Amino acid sequence: MASAEINVKYVAHLARLALTPEEETKLAAQLGNILGYIEKLRELDVTGVEPTAHAVPMVNCTRADEVRESLSHEEALRNAPRQANGLFIVPKIVE
Amino acid sequence: MEYEAVIGLETHVQLNTKSKMWCGCANQYGSEPNTNVCPVCLGLPGVLPVPNDEALRKTVLTGYLLNCEIPRFAKFDRKSYFYPDMPKNYQLTQYDKPSTANGFVEFEFTGAGSVNGLARVRITRAHLEEDVGKSTHFDRHSGLDFNRAGVPLMEIVSEPDITSADMAYAYLNALTEILHQGGVSDCDMEKGMVRCDVNISVRPIGTKELGAKIEIKNMNSFSGVRRAAEYEIARQIEVVKRGEKLIQSTRRWDDVAGITEQMRTKEDAHDYRYFPDPDLMPLAPTDAWLAEVKTKAIELPLARKQRFMRDYQLPAGDAEVFKSNVALGNYFEGLARQSKNPKAVANWIINNLLAKLAELNAREKSEQEALGLEAADLKLSSFADLKFKPEALLELVNLVEAKTISSSAAQQVFAEMFDSGKAPAVIVQEKGLAQVSDTGAIEKFCDDAIAANPAPVADYKAGKAAALNSLKGQVMKLSKGKANPALVGEILERKLKG
Amino acid sequence: MLNQLTISELAAKFAKREVSAREATQACLDQIACVDGKIHAFLSFNAAAALAQADAVDQLISQGGSGANRPLLGIPIAIKDVLAVKNQPLNCASKILGNYISPYDATAIEKLKAAGAIVFGRLNMDEFAMGSSTENSAFGLTCNPWDITRIPGGSSGGSAAAVAADECIASLGTDTGGSIRQPAALCGCVGLKPTYGRISRYGLVAFASSLDQIGPFTKDVRDSATLLGVMSGVDRRDSTSVPEPVPNYVAALDGNIRGLKLGLPKEYMVGGLDPEIKASVDAAVKQYEKLGAEIVEISLPHTDYAVAVYYIIATAEASANLARFDGIRYGARVEGNDPIELYSKTRGAGFGAEVKRRIILGTYVLSSGYYDAYYLRAQKVRTLIRNDFLKAFETVDAIVTPTTPTAAFKAGEKSGDPLQMYLSDIFTISCNLAGICGVSLPCGFTQNPKLPIGLQLLGKPFGEETMLKLAHAYEQSTAWHKEKPSLKF
Ligand SMILES: [Mg+2]
Ligand SMILES: [Zn+2]
Repeated sequence: MASAEINVKYVAHLARLALTPEEETKLAAQLGNILGYIEKLRELDVTGVEPTAHAVPMVNCTRADEVRESLSHEEALRNAPRQANGLFIVPKIVE
Repeated sequence: MEYEAVIGLETHVQLNTKSKMWCGCANQYGSEPNTNVCPVCLGLPGVLPVPNDEALRKTVLTGYLLNCEIPRFAKFDRKSYFYPDMPKNYQLTQYDKPSTANGFVEFEFTGAGSVNGLARVRITRAHLEEDVGKSTHFDRHSGLDFNRAGVPLMEIVSEPDITSADMAYAYLNALTEILHQGGVSDCDMEKGMVRCDVNISVRPIGTKELGAKIEIKNMNSFSGVRRAAEYEIARQIEVVKRGEKLIQSTRRWDDVAGITEQMRTKEDAHDYRYFPDPDLMPLAPTDAWLAEVKTKAIELPLARKQRFMRDYQLPAGDAEVFKSNVALGNYFEGLARQSKNPKAVANWIINNLLAKLAELNAREKSEQEALGLEAADLKLSSFADLKFKPEALLELVNLVEAKTISSSAAQQVFAEMFDSGKAPAVIVQEKGLAQVSDTGAIEKFCDDAIAANPAPVADYKAGKAAALNSLKGQVMKLSKGKANPALVGEILERKLKG
Repeated sequence: MLNQLTISELAAKFAKREVSAREATQACLDQIACVDGKIHAFLSFNAAAALAQADAVDQLISQGGSGANRPLLGIPIAIKDVLAVKNQPLNCASKILGNYISPYDATAIEKLKAAGAIVFGRLNMDEFAMGSSTENSAFGLTCNPWDITRIPGGSSGGSAAAVAADECIASLGTDTGGSIRQPAALCGCVGLKPTYGRISRYGLVAFASSLDQIGPFTKDVRDSATLLGVMSGVDRRDSTSVPEPVPNYVAALDGNIRGLKLGLPKEYMVGGLDPEIKASVDAAVKQYEKLGAEIVEISLPHTDYAVAVYYIIATAEASANLARFDGIRYGARVEGNDPIELYSKTRGAGFGAEVKRRIILGTYVLSSGYYDAYYLRAQKVRTLIRNDFLKAFETVDAIVTPTTPTAAFKAGEKSGDPLQMYLSDIFTISCNLAGICGVSLPCGFTQNPKLPIGLQLLGKPFGEETMLKLAHAYEQSTAWHKEKPSLKF
């Protein structure tokens, strides 16, 4: 099976995952192996086959526009790693 | 070489539902930070979104208002990117199967690109997605409020049919007027309910190929869009004329400096990794559902204006007033249908009723302020509160037309009926305002006026025709406004010439 | 010993007032104290809170309150660390959630509580349910009660081990590609994965949203039916839950399976299958014939592609599902100079190796230029796999297979080779891709050492009644489910 190439550094950046160089090397090898296995899907002819996104076919599953109780302010911020003045605090967002 | 601008807009509009898009938190502006939040809109572990059916209705309704097709299949996708204001780090949006597609907006515009005072901008799609939280920036930190996170947000994407800053401005006004009157969004700019991204490129006139697309992100005022577009078009033309190349990029509008500045180039563009959201089943609107939504579609503002001008022979100015103020327009139309003189009805509504209401609103507002209450802007939404019946206005028009009362007396009648609600005929009788057409009485008033005002008399005789008006006024005063003005003119002229 | 009883046995004792809920709960707590030092099924539990719940039940009973419509009254049930229980920790066996406390109950938990259950304890698992051995927990291994040098299976390894070691009466787990059935098989208990949409996923921390289902671990099939009945039904908070009526699953267990058709897929009885397992499954098939079922050979031709499809779809969904663990609103934050640095450091430090591996794979298969080749193609092959099953179910009432190709393996044996680990789910994965239901129940033991073997039944979409009826008939005609591990360490 062909071993596919994967740019682990780039993908890890997309996923916002800091990896050590060792992790990067190891992952590249392991993922190459797994992607190689996955290549077997190319054997199949899937022309005209509809993709399945959901295991059960249903449509129009909605709710009525009704207001329900929100969390209390304390509960909302209970797990916040850092908070001040009722806000979740993060390092400054710069664009 | 001459250049032209090619502009497309992506307009984000908050829908005015009661609850948020995926959860039951209130869709409400101005609450204390992080009080309209729950596990779902905070993206806590384990939660699932459930779509708000009213938001779907309003999106499809928008489709009808913007002359769109409504596909029989739509779905929600995940758009992945990390940003602190987005709790799940993916936004739920409609990527390749939106709820509406291929429409247009037509609006009044007289600049380049218009035909007979109208312009048309094609709508690629109006799709449904969710708003993100709000960040406040401090010295070294930012604070996040998720009250707005998960509010239903509609993105309306236009084709690049706009060719000037003015046209962009006119388009945005027309679009939001439709959405506001159509009842899908309050479109309150100050509350951030409308935001848009402006895509601008330039090309030599006569060429077809599009230049590098430059996006100005997150504009929250239409005048800002106009200024930014003006600046950016000029900037791009200058760059191209210098022989330099423009590259696809994103810029920010600095409203104070009045310039756009670079944010990021395509090199670090996002890879959004769209895929169908497995937590949300697809949408397949049924005939019955679509028919029900369609019944909510209003007459478009432009069509209404054109119809008012045509059906009631109104000048464009009057029709414009009734177009932009739907309640007032409805009030007018209810009376105009019964009147032989719709223009007179329109005059009374626009010149008198509006002024009175404005006066009343200002008074109530200052009273509220005196009480320390936050003064709400009173809006004309219901005419049920008026003391007089709508038909009274017709009666008033008829009294003037039949010359039963003079137009200045009519002003008094209107003021009285607005305050007391009494019928015009009753007021005319009570106040004795019926017009005097008795020549004898008028002759007497004229003689008195001539005797008492030698100066204008002399002026008139010296050839100043306008001096007659001053004498006319005196006669009207003496008659307490009841003299038939036409008769007064005739008699004065006869006496002075004679 | 009370902790060894089934739900129905314990409920009968409560009804006769022979024992109290406190005694039953205490028996479980005692067993935990006695064996969990070796098994390590529990990440945490609050004994005082559990006993307080039990006392409340006892008080209710003493005041004449009845257990009518409360089939789980006083039953201690432990929970996989991936399900939200209000005011209890929720960690998904990961470091990334830090000291997170859930402010709400999962719908399934709400239903257990409404049925009277004593919901207690957090059970170990593979981090974010990613794994087949529970070796991927950030908080240490769980051991197989039959042989503590071996893994209990995964990802719901703690749930299976706790039931097998009688540390609770029943437990909840989740199954994305076999994470209930495989550990149930390796630990010798009954593990049920309901049809997709049968039980609300609200409050289940998603691994792969289109595959995940909550299900019970029990000591017999009847208890599975009881728990399924309690937890099933449409939920306004999960728009993928299906408004299908909930039958009385327990009433269906009448032992009469005469004339029912059981499909035996030829693709499942080949290659890599341990001979002892094959022998046990063959014997079980014979037993079914004896009980009056008709065995039909069937074909599920796309079986061989299931693992590949699964690792594309599950990781793609997971890569987005796990994006929310970013240290902004909750969890163990590692500070950074800007949000990007904060995210990367937090996630780099918080996630374990397997989770990182799957996030990278899932991100990759969705990234620009690869979507069609991987994700879209996998979705299409998923259609073919689902169609295989729907076609088979036109002729058979249920399908019978081994649950796993081998019995419990040694800890560390496969942890160096992720692909080999993935392939150990080969018999369970298709069920999730097809969205159908499945159950694993004991059907024998290997000889040396003595390790449980699981028999898997697969049912039609919403065909749990028939599937459980078949499972129950077999179980009651054998004694496998009565065997207990010695727990002598
Ligand atoms: Mg958008
Ligand atoms: Zn909410």
